[in-house]
Amino acid sequence: MSGLLPLRLERAILKRGGQIAAGPIDLCIDGQGLSCIIGPNGAGKTSLLKMLHGLLPLDTGRLTWRGDAPRPRRDQGFVFQTPVMLRRSVAANLTYPLRLRGIDKATARARAAAWLDKVGLSQMAGHPARKLSGGERQKLALARALIGQPELLLLDEPCANLDGQATHAIEELLHAARAGGTRIVMTTHDLGQARRLADEVLFIYRGRIHERGPADSFFAGAETPEARAFLKGDIVK
Amino acid sequence: MSEILNGLKAAAELVFTLDPYLIEISLRSLAITLAAVAIASAIGLPLGALLAVRRFRGRQGAVVLLNGLMGLPPVVVGLFVYLLLSRSGPLGVLGLLFTPSAMILAQAIILLPLIGSIALQVCEDLWEEYSELLTSLDASPGQQIRTLLWEGRHGLVTASLAGFGRGIGEVGAVMIVGGNIDHATRVLTTAITLETSRGNFALALGLGMVLVALALLVTAATRWLTRRGRGMAA
Repeated sequence: MSGLLPLRLERAILKRGGQIAAGPIDLCIDGQGLSCIIGPNGAGKTSLLKMLHGLLPLDTGRLTWRGDAPRPRRDQGFVFQTPVMLRRSVAANLTYPLRLRGIDKATARARAAAWLDKVGLSQMAGHPARKLSGGERQKLALARALIGQPELLLLDEPCANLDGQATHAIEELLHAARAGGTRIVMTTHDLGQARRLADEVLFIYRGRIHERGPADSFFAGAETPEARAFLKGDIVK
Repeated sequence: MSEILNGLKAAAELVFTLDPYLIEISLRSLAITLAAVAIASAIGLPLGALLAVRRFRGRQGAVVLLNGLMGLPPVVVGLFVYLLLSRSGPLGVLGLLFTPSAMILAQAIILLPLIGSIALQVCEDLWEEYSELLTSLDASPGQQIRTLLWEGRHGLVTASLAGFGRGIGEVGAVMIVGGNIDHATRVLTTAITLETSRGNFALALGLGMVLVALALLVTAATRWLTRRGRGMAA
């Protein structure tokens, strides 16, 4: 892996229609582990994740990373809430990011086959990817994000709309990626999932990081009234 | 009425006996239009994808121009190409006027905006779906364009077929720059015009039957490809 981390947002502000939609945010992503971004609907979880990935251009502030990563997105993987599948086979969806990087066909196919095996989709290798079920698509999207061996993996609600079995399969893959040294940042609306997975929690409220801390202490006793209300299940306006 | 029936009967005979004159003109028509479609597609498809992917100053103007040129009158294109290729024109030295090459050039100019505009529409829809993914995967602009062209292949074949449909039935421009020369630049549409003026309705109808058959074949192929494309994309 090349040097991407620490990845930093500095005084980052995102505007929509002239109004501040998120920020100002100062955030440094470094080290190991899995961070969960939680917060009420519309708080800016997805925006924060896309700002980190550079998918949403900042209106003010800046996004920086360690200097020796010339193409920082190549050291990152991103999984969208609704997986976007290319109109090709399952296997071709996996070889695609490798071919973009100039990896030869044979190597790309071999790596894709290994990943298909890992995510349990070997039998579907030749099927059109867009005909997979929701859970299978999300597994494929995760494999496509991980096949490039990213240093940082960003996931936007990866288990939204998935059943328990598919959610379990995705979480197993995330455990394995974390164990393999991939730094993970994900949003989730599922507090149970955050409890199961997170090493660290970022509570976002009204477009700002309201609270950040180790998952154990956050869930044992959040510091801010908004975070406590959110954990209790109250409506946080 | 009997004249039409006799004409149709004679035309059918020409078609089913594979009349050499009819075959020669039909094949020339096909060759010229296919070449024009190939050139217009080679430029128009990537151009449509480029306009869908890139944001640059003047892009909106380029899109409006491309769409507007779809309505370009073929005779005006014919006149423009004629002046370009005539002995005193800037490309007169090439000696292409009244050759199939001139007809291909004129048709390619007519078809380019049509194929480019349909490609733009197809690629804009795809870009809406794939822009974040391709940006996330750090695809270069060239890779983004190639990806859109591949992902939209069914719709883009339809664009080329639409171009073929327009090209095969075009008469004004090819008449001006081709000159309707027997055994050289005579194609289905110019031959129909000529044979009708001569009162040779049987041959004109026979040529018309071939032209209609080709147009129907293209429409059927377009529908089949569109349905197949939808099935694959499901």
